[in-house]
Amino acid sequence: MRLLTATLTMAATVLLTTQAFAAGDLANPPEAWEALWATVMFDLYIIGGIMTVLAIYMLIKFKAKSPEQVGTAKKLSTAQAISFALIPAAIFMADDFFLAAKGWTVWNDYRRVPENAMEIKVTGYQWYWEFEYEDGTVTEELVMPVGQPVVLRMTSEDVVHDFGIPHYRVKEDVMPGRITYIWINPVEANETIVQCAEFCGADHTNMWTAVRAIPQDEFDAWLSANAEDPTFDIGEWRTNWTEQQTSQGIASR
Amino acid sequence: MNTPSATAGHAATPAWKEWLFTTDHKRIGVLYLVGSMAAFGVAGLMALIIRLEQMNLGMQYITSGTQYNGFLYFHGAAMILAFLIPGLTGFAANYFLPLMIGARDVAFPRINAFSVWLFFFAIILALLSFVIPDAPDIMWTGYPPYSITTAGNTSFYVFTVHLLGFSSILGAVNFLVTVIYMRAPGMGWNQLNVFTWTTVAAFVLQLIFIPVLAAAVTLLLFDKYLGTHFYDPSAGGDVLLYQNLFWFYSHPAVYVIFLPAVGILFEIMTTMAKNQVFNYKAAIYGGIWGIVGIAGIVWIHHLYVTGMPDWLRLGHMVTTLLISVPVGILTLSLWGTLWKGAITYNTAMMYAVSCLYLILLGGLTGIPLALPSLTLHLSETSYVHAHFHFIMALFSAFALFAGIYYWFPKMTGRYADGAVATLSFWCNFIGVNVTFWPLFIIGVEGMPRRYWDYQMFPQFEPYHEIATYGAFIIAVGMLLQFGNFIYSAVAGKKAPLNPWNSQSMEWTHTQSPPGPGNFIDDVVVDENWSPYNYNK
Repeated sequence: MRLLTATLTMAATVLLTTQAFAAGDLANPPEAWEALWATVMFDLYIIGGIMTVLAIYMLIKFKAKSPEQVGTAKKLSTAQAISFALIPAAIFMADDFFLAAKGWTVWNDYRRVPENAMEIKVTGYQWYWEFEYEDGTVTEELVMPVGQPVVLRMTSEDVVHDFGIPHYRVKEDVMPGRITYIWINPVEANETIVQCAEFCGADHTNMWTAVRAIPQDEFDAWLSANAEDPTFDIGEWRTNWTEQQTSQGIASR
Repeated sequence: MNTPSATAGHAATPAWKEWLFTTDHKRIGVLYLVGSMAAFGVAGLMALIIRLEQMNLGMQYITSGTQYNGFLYFHGAAMILAFLIPGLTGFAANYFLPLMIGARDVAFPRINAFSVWLFFFAIILALLSFVIPDAPDIMWTGYPPYSITTAGNTSFYVFTVHLLGFSSILGAVNFLVTVIYMRAPGMGWNQLNVFTWTTVAAFVLQLIFIPVLAAAVTLLLFDKYLGTHFYDPSAGGDVLLYQNLFWFYSHPAVYVIFLPAVGILFEIMTTMAKNQVFNYKAAIYGGIWGIVGIAGIVWIHHLYVTGMPDWLRLGHMVTTLLISVPVGILTLSLWGTLWKGAITYNTAMMYAVSCLYLILLGGLTGIPLALPSLTLHLSETSYVHAHFHFIMALFSAFALFAGIYYWFPKMTGRYADGAVATLSFWCNFIGVNVTFWPLFIIGVEGMPRRYWDYQMFPQFEPYHEIATYGAFIIAVGMLLQFGNFIYSAVAGKKAPLNPWNSQSMEWTHTQSPPGPGNFIDDVVVDENWSPYNYNK
């Protein structure tokens, strides 16, 4: 009976937490990504630091004094041998589950599409991207209104591509015969790029285009202008982008 | 008993014929070494061209993207399938495993000879891609539909994989039977060298998983040339079927390379530290066999961004993270082997120590890639590229070179150590760091793999430039190294039979190089014998 109560309480807690999450502020996956990256790096520095110090210490300390010298390590007793296997295994496992739990939470941010998300269809071709908006407008650049979560439903007409936007810390494969999705939360006005990240042939390198987040009123004007005649010149835009980026730092976010 | 007729009979067999028709495991090992190093040379040249092309923005040396893709294909396929796997499980296992267990040869010497010649045919087939029109340009992964719709000749890839797979399966059966039935009388399982164990584990993986790869690429062949639709979604096929089958083999293949490399490290570190293996049984049954046990249930981490179901991605996140448990136990034994040792340094040991750094760096940088959420950004970037080079390519290659320096006196009766060896070591060690650290950094910022140009990230140019200089430092190191190997084999300083005072059987019981049949008398050991018995 007590077990049942405990289980029910736990289930209720989980349910409530999920509800609270759904009702709360909109997630911002790239920020969660950066935080998780920092946590994992901290974890790696600790493990790496300990192992490095141990190795250097032993490599210096146990240098042979004469060629005839032999090592003096004793054979481990059964208890020692088991402990030296199980204790590190337990530590590694604890760290694994810690990281898995953290990673799982961020994963949920990435995969749970907000209900009010605007849908844009993405199609990959060798070697360009095509975006179709809800009103049927088709363009070669991705434009989103600031503050409006966007869900991209993606497929390919030929081979496997991968739709990757480094600035938003997200990518997903784009395949013929399957539809995949990602969602983006453009929290501020921004101009960046999407590039193909899965090998797709001779011009794989050149399969990149503009991703812009602009204020809602500008977006509306842009959309109606493009509905009649797409205004985007990819060649010109790329040249400007490369010129402008040359003087920038390497941080993509 | 050198009767005149017997001598005449021997003299009648010319050297080329002796090598061509040899069934001796040591000669077959040397043939594997020559073949895998040739593959390494050509694939290394491809790497230099790739780095030169990426050095600056725009098209530099290549004439088309397809040509660049051909170089990338050859570099990846040859390095993994024709250098690392045959170098570790072909050369090292062939030459030293029978010596370590006190066997006079492998169980099926003629099948062994068949295996090595299949391997040579595969190399020739792969090299032919430089002279045929429309060479394969499908990366070593060969994902459809690209590999089916491309004008490139995918069949060269498929048949190369078939030949190598057949060769490896025969090798696997051969070595498993050898270890099970041909150990010296009295040699129990817990007295085996760690290298023997890692080789057994690698061959078990090959035996289980290669047929899946062979099936996957055969269906590719059918789709491209016979009009079937296994991977064609427009006719009810599925493009992801191939990726699943491919990585179901190719993730375990990482351990086929990694495990024997770790085995070589244990041999060198126990000998040079004159110490026993720290926690031997945990390393063998927990570490090595733990890795084998988990190897087949982590492949989805190569498909984190392919739209696999969430439960599968998160399930494989947990299994992938849990690899750290057996790998951690194995690493701890590696570190522990230094504890209270009496360490002497030579070229082999310098390579072994640098492997400790490479395993740590390569292993730890894999942890972010175990998390699907981080991989959503890192996948297919040069971060991944640098990570797997450190853990799979550099770690394993350095371990293999460590093994060559370590066993050189056994194979040739001469040392390969010396000033040139030290210089080439430092070139290689500094070179790999100069090459791959910049790729980590720009990878985290989004530099994609398999690009010959990067107009979207012009600010990455200096990093690519540094990486290219690094590649040329490695090239200098490797040229010095191979020059040194050839010179030392002919005119190096003469070495005694057991120059490192090892307790392992390949050193204590044989000539340098061991003659036909390996041992003068049959080897028998008792239960107190151990290859790591230094502190008696």
